[in-house]
Amino acid sequence: MIDKRKIQRIIFYIILSIIAFLVIIPFLWMISASFKSNEAIQTIPIRWIPEEPTLEGYRSILGLSNVDFLKAFYNSIAYSLLRTSGQIIICSMAAFIFAKVPFRGRNILFLMVLATMMIPGTVVMIPNYLILKNMHLLNSYTGLILPSLLEGLYIFILRQYMIGIDDAYLEAAMIDGASLRFSFRKIILPLSRPAIFTLVLFGFMGSWNDYLWPLIVLSKKTKWTLQVALGVMNTQFGNSYHIMMAGALISIVPIVIVYIFTQKFVEEGVTLGGVKG
Amino acid sequence: MYLGSKKDKYLTIVLFLAPAVGIFLIFKLAPILISGYLSLLDWDILRPFSSAEFIGFENYRNWILGGELFVMLKHTLTYMILYIPWIIVLAVLEASVLNQELGGLKLYKICFYLPVVSSWVAGAIIWGFVLNGKYGYLNQWLSLIGIEGPNWLEDPFWAMPGVVLAALWKDTGFYALIVLSALKSVDKNYYEAATVDGAGAFTQFFKITIPLISPTLFLLIIFNVISGFQIFEPVFIMTDGGPANATTVVVERIYRYAFRIYKMGYASALTWILFLLILFVTLIQFRFEKKVNYDR
Repeated sequence: MIDKRKIQRIIFYIILSIIAFLVIIPFLWMISASFKSNEAIQTIPIRWIPEEPTLEGYRSILGLSNVDFLKAFYNSIAYSLLRTSGQIIICSMAAFIFAKVPFRGRNILFLMVLATMMIPGTVVMIPNYLILKNMHLLNSYTGLILPSLLEGLYIFILRQYMIGIDDAYLEAAMIDGASLRFSFRKIILPLSRPAIFTLVLFGFMGSWNDYLWPLIVLSKKTKWTLQVALGVMNTQFGNSYHIMMAGALISIVPIVIVYIFTQKFVEEGVTLGGVKG
Repeated sequence: MYLGSKKDKYLTIVLFLAPAVGIFLIFKLAPILISGYLSLLDWDILRPFSSAEFIGFENYRNWILGGELFVMLKHTLTYMILYIPWIIVLAVLEASVLNQELGGLKLYKICFYLPVVSSWVAGAIIWGFVLNGKYGYLNQWLSLIGIEGPNWLEDPFWAMPGVVLAALWKDTGFYALIVLSALKSVDKNYYEAATVDGAGAFTQFFKITIPLISPTLFLLIIFNVISGFQIFEPVFIMTDGGPANATTVVVERIYRYAFRIYKMGYASALTWILFLLILFVTLIQFRFEKKVNYDR
């Protein structure tokens, strides 16, 4: 009997390892190629460990004449931080009202906000571009961020969480004569920290990896985010794989580091939000 | 519940909802109306808006009769047929293995989720190289077992399967997590009863596990149909709709017509066609959704 269980366990570990191998190989391929020279990339059979490791790919990236890669990296950080903090501020304020402050018409309003989750981003993409154009906000981070500040799912999740906070906390503060705004800042927000932290993670990852919208709004080279810059490079150096792999690696590493340190929260967030792309 | 003075309450409501409602009106509600209007115009963005011509449903007619739409939908359907069964099978497999009581699972979990947190742009660039007919490792491995791999992304027939491979690599970890949470909510008593009745692991899996997580699987299929209509990055980066327009898909065409050829009206009509398609799928979902209690 013991033997049968042992064999089962071994089989499970073998399946796990095969999947892990298939998942990891493209990453190893990227790392390996990013440290090769342009010639070494085209050796058959493949050498997974570069014979003469070189930083040629990385050097080329920093020396591109038409893409300022460092600037793009900085832009991506700025975009991710700004968009995420904006989303959290605006969505948590709205969620607080929807959770704790009743008024006539509140449910209708909440349903309308939820309905925005049903609209595919592609449908509003063209009009939003034109609206920003008329506001003279193209090529600005204000314009890039504005439409995404209202995130139906975030409001939904924060509201759920805030409903779960005992009314007694809020009521005690109100009876002591605090204003609603004060109670929100000093009581509700601190108590919502776990939900907020999860959403900060998702907001950051979503912004960091965002591509189509920045591609449309940002036509100026100096404004490009990392993803847009990578896309442009791909059309120009598509065949200089060592450069492209170095670029891909630089764009993946920060988010992977963030993920590894916050793995538990990300997992909870996915389960919490259910199916959400 | 006591919430202080009425004045403070209503002031706070206005203050706290104003940004959300403002963005809702300007960037969510208005755009739907605007894009509906645009789709009835013949207008490219290089001409002043005043010269735009109202042409009714002409744009829609051109899309439907022009043939390009059906080619796109055929490509999208090809993608879904290749992708959806595999993503379900792989996600269920991955989740089932992760659901065992084994040590060291956390490390595997982290590993499986790495493609999900990586950007599609980077993922598509990596896979463009993986699928390189000559220097990519996939074809070199295939040649080891005596198969001559195709020139994936340069071959009209193999380009879409190549995109699907990349998408499976990218997405499996995400759906596996969702299936895993469904598996975790399955009552253990069923399995104990089945074991007492002498049912084997396979019987248990197909007779208990699958039926019990079928609502989740159904949702995943619907969700993947909806997102399948909207694939963009892998196609745009890996094949750019090529080779020989063999991988044109809806969003990629919307982008091209709106921001490369500047036909705003024509592109808006396509966004509405997409919107209606997605709405149709959603209605089917509501229609078929059996009354299931989701234990949240």
